[in-house]
Amino acid sequence: MSKTLKAKAGLWGGYLAVLLLLPQCFDSLLAISILNQMTIAIIFALSYNMLLGQGGMLSFGHAVYFGLGGFLAVHALLLMERGSASFPIVFIPLLGGLTGLLAGVFVGSFSTRKAGTTFAMISLGIGELVAASSLILARFFGGEAGISGDRTFGPPLFGIEFLRDVEIYYLGAGWTFLATLCMYLFTRTPAGRMANAVRDNPERAEFIGYSARWVRFISFCAAGAFAGIAGGLFALNYEFLTDENLNLATSGRVLLMAYIGGLGFFIGPIIGAVLLTLMNFLLSNYTELWLLYLGIVFVLTVLFLPRGCAGFVMMHESAWRRGTLHLLALPYLLTGLPALLFVLAAVCLAELSHATGPTLHYLGLSLARDSALAWAGPALLAAVGWILTARSLPRLREAWERANAAEPERRT
Amino acid sequence: MPEILVFATLNGLVTGLLLFMLASGLTVIFSMMGVLNFAHASFYMLGAYFAYSISLWFGYWTGLIVAPLLVGALGALVERYGLRRVHQQGHVAELVFTFGLAFLIEEAVQFFWGPETRNYQAPELLDFPLFTLFGQEFSAYRGFMLAISMSIFLGLYHTLTRSRVGLVIQAAITHPQMTAQLGHNVPLIFTMVFGVGTALAGLAGVIAGPVLTTFPGMALGLGSIVFVIVVIGGLGSLQGALLASLLIGLLQSYAIAADVGVPDLLAMLGVEFPGDHPLDDLWTLHLAQVAPVLPFLLLVLVLVFRPKGLLGKRE
Repeated sequence: MSKTLKAKAGLWGGYLAVLLLLPQCFDSLLAISILNQMTIAIIFALSYNMLLGQGGMLSFGHAVYFGLGGFLAVHALLLMERGSASFPIVFIPLLGGLTGLLAGVFVGSFSTRKAGTTFAMISLGIGELVAASSLILARFFGGEAGISGDRTFGPPLFGIEFLRDVEIYYLGAGWTFLATLCMYLFTRTPAGRMANAVRDNPERAEFIGYSARWVRFISFCAAGAFAGIAGGLFALNYEFLTDENLNLATSGRVLLMAYIGGLGFFIGPIIGAVLLTLMNFLLSNYTELWLLYLGIVFVLTVLFLPRGCAGFVMMHESAWRRGTLHLLALPYLLTGLPALLFVLAAVCLAELSHATGPTLHYLGLSLARDSALAWAGPALLAAVGWILTARSLPRLREAWERANAAEPERRT
Repeated sequence: MPEILVFATLNGLVTGLLLFMLASGLTVIFSMMGVLNFAHASFYMLGAYFAYSISLWFGYWTGLIVAPLLVGALGALVERYGLRRVHQQGHVAELVFTFGLAFLIEEAVQFFWGPETRNYQAPELLDFPLFTLFGQEFSAYRGFMLAISMSIFLGLYHTLTRSRVGLVIQAAITHPQMTAQLGHNVPLIFTMVFGVGTALAGLAGVIAGPVLTTFPGMALGLGSIVFVIVVIGGLGSLQGALLASLLIGLLQSYAIAADVGVPDLLAMLGVEFPGDHPLDDLWTLHLAQVAPVLPFLLLVLVLVFRPKGLLGKRE
């Protein structure tokens, strides 16, 4: 076993261990429900990355495959409830995946001819088409009310009946590990490699004898299948699906997750999925403005960190190799602290303007809405934070150049 | 029957020309920068909200003038400090940026104006029936909408094809480097065109707000339809955009007005299906139900079979 292979096996072992140990550390009902949502989001975001990050296909309709997989899964649960079918529910995500694959084969057969804007438009059209049809075909999709099933009718597997959420978590964690591994291995296959090549330069890929369309088609189908698996897991976890699960809002959310996490890096979408799910749960309880913050973060990410969180970390690889990372520590601190001050103060102002009661509880402070000081204080702090951040930026830039320009130490 | 047809046509024209006001800006921006602006309909929504706030203080007519200018200035800022930055990363990043912007604007609108529908009213001056036909009234405001959008089309067409400004713009589209060599500030032209395009969207919002209601979801519904129009008409083609706008407007209007559906078709064929079938919904489908789906069906068909669109020159 070579050294890198060993390191990789260790990494995957660690991933599996984290997935399995998490519910031991966080065993409250809320934590389990967050973890469940995370596993679903990870598979969904990774499948999206197969399209956009690795294949260069921007899709505005990826929720279609997620939703169709989910709806088929709920219908399978309903069949079991009626006694027409019986199989362990562990295989339900597989059914969702098959549905996603079939839908992917059908749509991909005509939408993968081109990448770029044409592909994005077709995906948008298909997404809107399916979302609108789901409201019309009320028998299958349940209209605006959605459809619900019951996962407890399947035969128990090894005595587990999947009544509790934590049991569903282990089921989901198993599928997440399997799906992550499969998607990673896919990037190592010739098809996965060619997907990168076609993304970067379809013409050259055609010149060496590959059909760009065929390569895109394979990625597209695989992405559809994994989205369907995520949909099947969603159906098992919530036992309930509505038209919202296959419309533009869900498609947009997965785009946000993958992009903020970092496209093009395999681990990026996992970071994005974990981060956004966590933030969603933590912040949406406290503030109505969470989606506004998310929108701002997303736009800033696209503008300043086009490769997302993972890309930001990887930016430091060269400084790390040169051993000059310590040069950046102080400038980061000098920029980061005022920036944090600005963000906290600005958020305080936004929350103050939307507070429901007469007082706002913010970071342990109680601010009265009608006192001028409660407004002037954060406004002043925000201004100070902004100015200090702006002033520290040249220093950060200089430090960055120094850290990356230094001659790498020669190893003899 | 004739009164339904006449009113469906008139309403289709109003919708179609309104859609054209959005589509024209979008298509000119596309032919310049090669980017489909996902947030275009969001500027339309901003137009309606700005005009609403202005009309509370200064009345409708001030809003009609000032709101589009504000929206246009905002659009120019977005182009200068947002799009131009993302442009270096390619078209996909640009599309993602405008998608994020649409998301952000919707949330910002909810932040400033709240999630509920705003009571933005048409001016009293135009609150009378323009004419009565077959006992149905056609409101003066709809006539006003028709007039505004018609004059916008004529003015835009004239500016782009017959004036010196239009000449420079067309040159900047096809030969940006040569135009720059001749001493024109091409990036500034891009910013201006983006600003004017978004201002047009804002104007559409100002005049459509009172009719189509002013609420935070108004951009989402219209946004994808405008995309559809630009693609069907042929990316970058102004005439194509007009044709497709009218087509979609009339199509939707007729589909809603026509009270026919699969049951009528089946009755005509003499076929009867048993009730309580899993595919029940298909047999009882009415044209009015399908109306919202039609544009997207058209979009997919056009993209698959004629990616150039109706009058477009490139894919």
